[in-house]
Amino acid sequence: MTDEVILQVKDLKTYFHVDEGIVKAVDGVTFDLHKGETLGIVGESGSGKSVTNLSVINMIPDPPGKIAGGQVLYHGKDLLTMPQAEIRKIRGNKVSMIFQDPMTSLNPFLRVSTQMVETIVLHQGLDEKTAKAKAVEMLKMAGIPAPEKRIDQYPHQFSGGMRQRVMIAMSLSCNPEILIADEPTSALDVTIQAQILDLMKDLSARLGTAVIMITHSLGVVAGMCDTLCVMYAGRIVERGPTDALFAEPKHPYTQGLIKSVPRLDQASSDRLFSIRGQPPNVIDLPDCCPFYPRCDKAMDICKRKYPGATAFGKNRTVNCWLYNSEGK
Amino acid sequence: MTKFIIRRFLSLIPTMFVIVTLSFFLIRFAPGGPFSGEKVLPEQVIQNLMKKYHMDQPMYKQYLEYLGNVLRGDFGPSFRYKESTVNELIGESFPTSIILGSVALAFALVAGLGVGVGSALKQNKWQDYTAMSFAVIGISVPMFVVGPVLQLAFAMKLHWLPVTGWITGRAGLAALVLPALTLGFPYFAYIARLSRASILEVLRSDYVRTARAKGLSERVVIWRHVLKGALLPVVSYIGPAFAGIITGSLVVEQVFVVPGIGQIFVQSALNRDYTLIMGEVIVYSLLLVAMNFLVDIVYGFLDPRIAYK
Repeated sequence: MTDEVILQVKDLKTYFHVDEGIVKAVDGVTFDLHKGETLGIVGESGSGKSVTNLSVINMIPDPPGKIAGGQVLYHGKDLLTMPQAEIRKIRGNKVSMIFQDPMTSLNPFLRVSTQMVETIVLHQGLDEKTAKAKAVEMLKMAGIPAPEKRIDQYPHQFSGGMRQRVMIAMSLSCNPEILIADEPTSALDVTIQAQILDLMKDLSARLGTAVIMITHSLGVVAGMCDTLCVMYAGRIVERGPTDALFAEPKHPYTQGLIKSVPRLDQASSDRLFSIRGQPPNVIDLPDCCPFYPRCDKAMDICKRKYPGATAFGKNRTVNCWLYNSEGK
Repeated sequence: MTKFIIRRFLSLIPTMFVIVTLSFFLIRFAPGGPFSGEKVLPEQVIQNLMKKYHMDQPMYKQYLEYLGNVLRGDFGPSFRYKESTVNELIGESFPTSIILGSVALAFALVAGLGVGVGSALKQNKWQDYTAMSFAVIGISVPMFVVGPVLQLAFAMKLHWLPVTGWITGRAGLAALVLPALTLGFPYFAYIARLSRASILEVLRSDYVRTARAKGLSERVVIWRHVLKGALLPVVSYIGPAFAGIITGSLVVEQVFVVPGIGQIFVQSALNRDYTLIMGEVIVYSLLLVAMNFLVDIVYGFLDPRIAYK
């Protein structure tokens, strides 16, 4: 990880227009990604993690979705205003993605070779034969045995973990600068999860790829990420270096999340901690702190206004009235 | 694959056997017979006729004899058209029906897929709404209404095409247009709706999202990643569609006076022309069974997940 910022997301807003009103799935998200950094985005289901990252490469299905504001600067160029033909040269090439469910993310009707080669040919201008050799090499790196043979098989001939390896090999085949991994291990067996995470860590370090890791699992981010963003109801409520955030969580939501992780040294008679209540319905959410109904430290002002960011040192911010001078 | 094809092919034999047996007895048990009519024949005449057609024999003997003849490819003499055998009657009229049916099916497939794909890509735009309203008409209006309407418009008013008749020589190909359109219309409409729906479903799938995230152009996404999967439901519909088209052609042949098998089919049933009915049933079933067989094989080529063992 260096100080060079390669991706800047500024005040990103993605809204979905549905019959019941406007769903503010992402509502003013801001973060920077540095070269070679692994950034984790954690949050509950529906907190806007995936939508944030689909918005980054401008792939929100429209309708019903719409990017309502903000900028996504990749080396200073705004991906959101870029023409489709141009952003397609970045997708899969400089910024690539891995999705949650490896069982459905590969096309069941096409051979793995077809699916890998088409990306390499498209972005690197290689001929098919060289591209296939490259694809075999990537599969080998991703730990697939007998890749020369396996590459001509169809996705259904691979197990779930193997398919995710194929996805990883495919997404890294054009040496992307940024890899967005959307819950890459959530659909896999626990034993396979660790293997896949190790593989991603190893390959991204070797290729110098920056990773945005979207997950709801704190265990995953703790082992992988340099930096962490905690999302709640479409906003980042706290961010900072992973170690600092785990050592001293500031936002009551982050504190709750970390407390809810079951621990081995806990007495088995203890009840597991859980944050009370439910995540809010994000349709027509008023301008308050969306967490206040579930927060033990909620104050009056939390119901009226969303807090601005309070900085703690260089890389750490929290959006909570507890730390905001205006709230005192 | 070869093994599967052989086994699948062999399984056609019992299917056909059951069809032949069931139809044989069903027809015999239906009230009336080939020689019952308004004019009551003298007892002696009937006796002679029965003898001539071996109908004085016990049922099982007749059945076994018929089965033997069919295996030799002989459907026997017609009871009603005394100067022709069933083989001749079918041989004269069936090719006409097959030509009509194939043209209708080809039209339904090409136009249906075209309109379906187009509508899916223009989902909820005016093109989509227009095409789908048209398709609802196609599905709900029966052929005996569509046929005369087309005749009225394109033959009587515009004089572009003949009202009725069949291909005679090169110039006559025009006679094929209206009956084929009428016959294919509901299938065109259904295929359009079917392919639209399945394309929309595939467009929302995870693997299409992956394809887009790889930076592929929309054209490549549609052609390489969407169409193959989306076509599967249409392929499996071809079997039943062909069945429907062939039976549907009975109506269309009446409306357009096409000398196909439909003309003699209805008559043979009313006449209790036992051998002719049986001949037609066998030819139809063979055709349908063969179509389904073909669809199964094509399906296997399209979908790699189906393992034929």
